[in-house]
Amino acid sequence: MATKKWRRELPLHLMVIPGLILVLIYHYGPMAGITIAFQKFIPAKGFFDSTWVGLENFRYVMELPDTWQILWNTVYIAVMKIIAGLIIPITISLLINEVGKELIKRGVQTLIYLPHFLSWVILGGILIDLLSPSEGIVNQMLGYLGIEPIYFLGLDAWFPYTLVVSDVWKEFGFSTIVYLAALTSINPTFYEAAIVDGASRWKQTIYITLPGMMPIIILLTTLSLGNVLNAGFDQVFNLYSPQVYESGDIIDTFVYRIGLVDAQYGVATAVGLFKSVVSFFLITISYYLAYRLANYRIF
Amino acid sequence: MHYMTSSRRAFIIFNYAFLIGLSLLCLLPLIHVLALSFSSSAAATAGYVKFWPVQFTTNSYHFVLKKPEFLASVWVSLQRVSLGTIVNMALTVLLAYPLSKEVKAFRMRTYYVWAFFLTILFGGGLIPWYMVIKETGLLDSIWALIIPGAVPVFNVILLLNFFRGLPKELEEASFIDGAGHWTTMWRIYVPLSLPALATITLFAMVGHWNSWFDGLILMNSPDHYPLQSYLQTVVIRRDLSLVSQSSLADLANVSDRTSKAAQIFMGALPILLVYPFLQRFFMKGIVLGSVKE
Repeated sequence: MATKKWRRELPLHLMVIPGLILVLIYHYGPMAGITIAFQKFIPAKGFFDSTWVGLENFRYVMELPDTWQILWNTVYIAVMKIIAGLIIPITISLLINEVGKELIKRGVQTLIYLPHFLSWVILGGILIDLLSPSEGIVNQMLGYLGIEPIYFLGLDAWFPYTLVVSDVWKEFGFSTIVYLAALTSINPTFYEAAIVDGASRWKQTIYITLPGMMPIIILLTTLSLGNVLNAGFDQVFNLYSPQVYESGDIIDTFVYRIGLVDAQYGVATAVGLFKSVVSFFLITISYYLAYRLANYRIF
Repeated sequence: MHYMTSSRRAFIIFNYAFLIGLSLLCLLPLIHVLALSFSSSAAATAGYVKFWPVQFTTNSYHFVLKKPEFLASVWVSLQRVSLGTIVNMALTVLLAYPLSKEVKAFRMRTYYVWAFFLTILFGGGLIPWYMVIKETGLLDSIWALIIPGAVPVFNVILLLNFFRGLPKELEEASFIDGAGHWTTMWRIYVPLSLPALATITLFAMVGHWNSWFDGLILMNSPDHYPLQSYLQTVVIRRDLSLVSQSSLADLANVSDRTSKAAQIFMGALPILLVYPFLQRFFMKGIVLGSVKE
């Protein structure tokens, strides 16, 4: 009996195995490679023969003067992005919902998530040109209003906010569509009943539309919790420069520079491990909350 | 419709203006870059170009399309997108089918699902990832861009949930007719999920086209860079060491700004071409993620 069952399941195992092997090598392999964080790692010696240094790499990082600033930058930028990335799409989906003309509704929906599908290399190239203080069109327009050119990408006072605004610009359309999809599932008879009762459009929005969106709002809010240490490597890497390291350097760009540019592998892995561990707890909590509050199960 | 209060009318006018402005905000930057790429270098440098080419010329495109490094990187990208998407999709289907089974039918299912799901929660970080790719001998080969990311775990979960939404009777009928798992997967599940598969395929293609960081660090020689990595070095980092001597001579006739604009636009062009399809499948993709049994 047991062998018969096994025979019937064999094809299923065969299907899983190629993918499983690849995941073991390229996802679990790096997890095993975390040992580098506790070594003075020298690539020529490999994982096994490099000297063990205990927590030395962690101590070294904590004594670096920039570390706390980088941690702060990461959380500050990420949290601003999370908040703006929740409020703005909700507002805009409510506004789009008020549009009666189907053509305009469709047109707006079509255009606003175009930037979502472009890479940060392309968008970075565009933004660097648009925001240039000497020839960029944004500063040109500001000039017509009598405002002096602003170096959005080169000043600490502006850089983090430029990151947040440009990230919202790239992603708001995508989230807006998700909220709009949720709106279509609201039962239309609710609105009919409200109209009979004499509720204004504003009252309908407050008492029917918003509560109808609540499950998806709660879901996306809880899931975004996992991103508190993700300030957006792709974006920052393509927009920052040494002038704005003080306000714009984040954990991921820091790991890249000390690891792959300065070849301090042990130190970089230690910083990466710190981020992975904290993120692990955040993501786990966010999935748990999403499950409890919004009944969300990923599989 | 019936009567409308004046405040309601004011709101509607404001709303239309706001939303149309917002849409333009997403479109105009691209139009500006397109206009720059077709303008003369003098007009671009002087800042005359807004949203329409000034002193129309295709010089920038002639310059870019003659650069051997640019063309080489386009070729690498095309290889990467086609090979990478095939590998991604084959593994996605192969994993989603068995993992969509009930524990009764596949006792190891839960363990396997967790093994894949854990990789979403935790990772080794950049350096160990790089070292594993180096140790497995993939550096500087096109496979470095395909094999490490060959299993798109999130897409597997999407398709797995979709498979679970299909009626169980079809599978039972197939088994009664004597079909095995391979036949059932290929003849029943795959044909029934074509829209879902099309969605995931498009997303895999866009993902491969847009990736730039892996190319940048896993390729030793710039001739092996895919287009986005090449653009990263030339447009963002302005690294002129990658530009050949003949191109440097040509650069005298084409401004840095217009040639960059042309390259940015060409990097975005494939996405713009598939955008109508992306859009059509996009809503389905959202629904796809929410299908649960």
